[in-house]
Amino acid sequence: MAHETEHPESWRSPAGILPPLIAAVLFGLFLQAVPEISGGGTLRFALPWVPSLGTELAFLIDGLSLTFALLISGIGVLVMLFAARYMAGHPQHGRFSLYLTSFMMAMLGLVLADDLISLFVFWELTTLTSYLLIGFTHTSAEARRAALQALLVTGTGGLAMLAGFLVIGSVTGTTELSAIRAQGDILRASPLYLPILVLILAGAFTKSAQVPFHFWLPNAMAAPTPVSAYLHSATMVKGGVYLLARFWPSLSGTDAWFWSLMIAGGVTTVFASIISMRQTDLKQTLAYTTLMALGALVLFLAAPNPYAVTAAVTFLVIHSFYKAALFLVIGCVDHACGTRDARRLGGLWRAMPLTALAAALAAASMAGLPPFLGFIGKELLYKGALDTGVPETFTAFIFAASALMFAVAGIVALKPFWGSAANMPDLNRPLREAPWQMLAGPLVLGALGLFFGLQPALLQHVVVDPTVAAVSGMADYAKELHLWAGVNTALYLSGATYLVGLVLYLVHVPLRSALDGLGKRLMSFDRLWDGVLAGLRSLAGGVTAILQSGDLNRYLLTVFAVIAAGLGLTALRSGFDLGPISFGDVEIKYIAIFLLALLGTALAVATRSRIAAIAGLGAVGIGVALVFLLFGAPDLAITQLLVEMLVVVLFAVAALRLPLLDQKSVRFRPLHAALATFVGGLVTAILLAATSRPLDLRLTEFFEKASYPEAHGRNVVNVILVDFRAFDTFGEISVVTVAALAAVALLRQRRGGDRT
Amino acid sequence: MNSIILSTGAKIVVAILLVFSVFMLLRGHNAPGGGFIGGLIGASGFVLYTIACGTTEARVALRLKPETIAIIGLGIALLAGLSAAFFGEPLFTGQWLILGGGEDGKGLPLSTVLAFDIGVYLVVMGAILALVFALEEEI
Amino acid sequence: MEVLLPLTVGCLVAAAIYLMLSGHLLRFLFGLTLISNGINLLIFASGRLSGGRPPLVPEGAKAPLGEVANALPQALVLTAIVIGFGLFAFSLVLAMRAWSDLGTLDLAEMRGAETQADTDA
Repeated sequence: MAHETEHPESWRSPAGILPPLIAAVLFGLFLQAVPEISGGGTLRFALPWVPSLGTELAFLIDGLSLTFALLISGIGVLVMLFAARYMAGHPQHGRFSLYLTSFMMAMLGLVLADDLISLFVFWELTTLTSYLLIGFTHTSAEARRAALQALLVTGTGGLAMLAGFLVIGSVTGTTELSAIRAQGDILRASPLYLPILVLILAGAFTKSAQVPFHFWLPNAMAAPTPVSAYLHSATMVKGGVYLLARFWPSLSGTDAWFWSLMIAGGVTTVFASIISMRQTDLKQTLAYTTLMALGALVLFLAAPNPYAVTAAVTFLVIHSFYKAALFLVIGCVDHACGTRDARRLGGLWRAMPLTALAAALAAASMAGLPPFLGFIGKELLYKGALDTGVPETFTAFIFAASALMFAVAGIVALKPFWGSAANMPDLNRPLREAPWQMLAGPLVLGALGLFFGLQPALLQHVVVDPTVAAVSGMADYAKELHLWAGVNTALYLSGATYLVGLVLYLVHVPLRSALDGLGKRLMSFDRLWDGVLAGLRSLAGGVTAILQSGDLNRYLLTVFAVIAAGLGLTALRSGFDLGPISFGDVEIKYIAIFLLALLGTALAVATRSRIAAIAGLGAVGIGVALVFLLFGAPDLAITQLLVEMLVVVLFAVAALRLPLLDQKSVRFRPLHAALATFVGGLVTAILLAATSRPLDLRLTEFFEKASYPEAHGRNVVNVILVDFRAFDTFGEISVVTVAALAAVALLRQRRGGDRT
Repeated sequence: MNSIILSTGAKIVVAILLVFSVFMLLRGHNAPGGGFIGGLIGASGFVLYTIACGTTEARVALRLKPETIAIIGLGIALLAGLSAAFFGEPLFTGQWLILGGGEDGKGLPLSTVLAFDIGVYLVVMGAILALVFALEEEI
Repeated sequence: MEVLLPLTVGCLVAAAIYLMLSGHLLRFLFGLTLISNGINLLIFASGRLSGGRPPLVPEGAKAPLGEVANALPQALVLTAIVIGFGLFAFSLVLAMRAWSDLGTLDLAEMRGAETQADTDA
């Protein structure tokens, strides 16, 4: 992605400068909240949103949300500065900046929301912006697939989470997060606790890529490197961890919580550690170590002890620093060398000394070397692990993860810069140091790891204490961060970690091929995913083929059969009686009308002559008009007769040019006849039953009484049409207009001759 | 159909039918009739004229395109309905102005309801004629 | 008419359904016309057939005198007749288009012809 050769200065466009500027302003604003929050306070802003549902657009700044907000906006400044140069000259730089800034806003909304519904909306917004960013190179099928996969996995989890939120709302009677946190005991005692937990974890585990929902994250590396650094290591994937931390006071402390988080986190940690050693693409290697870190964070939120929570919070910050830095370093290397292949890169420190320095700083933190922040984090992890109910398991997980992180730190940061340059790709241009905009991020983030390692008290005061207090709901819950905590078990474990990590680093090349062989035999979640999608597609195809056969007759049969069944079942269940059937009022003129309609109908059904059929229909229409006339509806009779006449005219103009009714369609069809007779009989029965019951005439009486005094009209029917129900009539004449215009357009279309 | 008797007769009948349709429209509020019936009668007259003399002459006699008539009618009906808003009443509430007369209601009533019914008349007539003309011309 | 009218409605609906299921577009249109008439009668009759006097307010009165026909279903049916006519006219035009484009009015053949046209395009 070497665009800078063509447009060295184009990063100074609005698309380049605005995003880091916005992020910097936000970072400054959040910094101002630090004194208040470190002092133990919180800040809250709320706007009513859907007041009738008690939903509001509420934002809360407490320790947890402030830590996240600082990370999002702070790392945002550096990543966006990097992106300004990395993407400079890209034809869609503006679009990229828009997506990235939108993502930042959504992520900030997510961590600041103090209302379940607002939280969900922002959660889905991060999913959507992530989709756009992963699929940014939309010409690549691989990127599109990865984007869709991430969208579907995290989107499905998000929906499960929404369901969980709704259940929480029904149990606690509020959607306000602050209020819900105070109701942990009610939630844990509720019979719905387990469904709530499962649904919330589904959201958290998909977002934070826990096994078995992890596969979308490595694929998401199809995104441009700044996106990988920002969304898929430092911020968005921690959304799930944030959710768990947010609900820690309300849901944690049960066996179900402990075991589900421990198993998911532990399995993810170990699984990701092993797979990461297998990768040759440095970005993929880092992606799997991100999985590992996410697993460790989930693992430590499982255990209800102060060391574990302190460790989780500290590690969260450390990981964001070094992982974003390393991704950006890989971006610099890729930018300069055109490859990210671990097997080929080597000896870059001469040409890129500053990048090498940044890499070394970040890697030292990742490896957990003193006096870096990573060392403090690792010690805390060990202490937390030893403090849980099952120290052996926890310690084993953390030991494996830490040793592998040590080895990966070497692979990512040591080898490309100080390793053998024998396999370096042949570049047609001199290898150059990355520009300052791209170096700033990794250098600052790497240096922060060292700075806070030397000044842990500052981090403790500003970040760890308030965050742990917010997560646990108890002030002074946090343990102290020490660079030197004395000679203890954790220190011994650290030493052992370095040794094992070193060995792993030294043998990583043969280990990689061994793991590669093993990995190929393992079940691939990615392929499983493809299978699930293909299955869904063929299921949808099958269902559509059944429901949407394209056969109008089948649709009609379905419609009439459903009507018959619906009416029939209702009639059966209510056991309706037809009322007294009297032939007393039958007069000769009624019989004449009945026979006229009957004969007309019979003619229309039986004849093969079009003219006879039209005459039959006309007879029916006249019969209906006579009924209207005899029973006091002159308006209807006139309308019916006029329409009948126009129908005949239209048939005369048009239908006579349509072909003769053929033999096939006149053939007797017993099944259709049975269905038709059944529905017809039902309609007769229903009408008989309905008219034998009393009728509510209040509306009619109102119209009759109000017609003249209020609407100055003596024809009640017309008054209803143009005054009382004028709005309905307006709708109807609109339909008539649209039908006529559409018909005219259909007829005129032929003149254009688009088809024939 | 090139019958001189038919085409001459048709012109007279159309004139009578049109007058009759307006009569039906205007009396509709107090006796059987109204916009729907009036529109259908007016359209029938022109359909007869079309059959007798062809669409070209019918179009000339009509002056406006039938689609335009329908749209104008829809617009009149809409304005009649919306006008209630100027009097601070809910939409489609009839507004009345009765000229002359007195308590017995014998004066000349003017109303948005009548305007609405005229709109219905034009829509029905325009829509039917648009369809019939198109069918005649395009087949 | 207490019995005869429901019987008429039933016959119209039955015949209409039978015609609509014939698989032939022209006969389908016949069915459509018949079912419109049938349902209009159904609504009209549901409002009771009381006497033969239209719902008009005589001169000098404030409301209809004595028993008159139910005005409400009449208003519903009146628009239904006009809308039914619009539906019929539009369907007729569609049928004509189908005939001129596809050369058949048989619904089963039409389905095949449509797929054919799509693959040609």
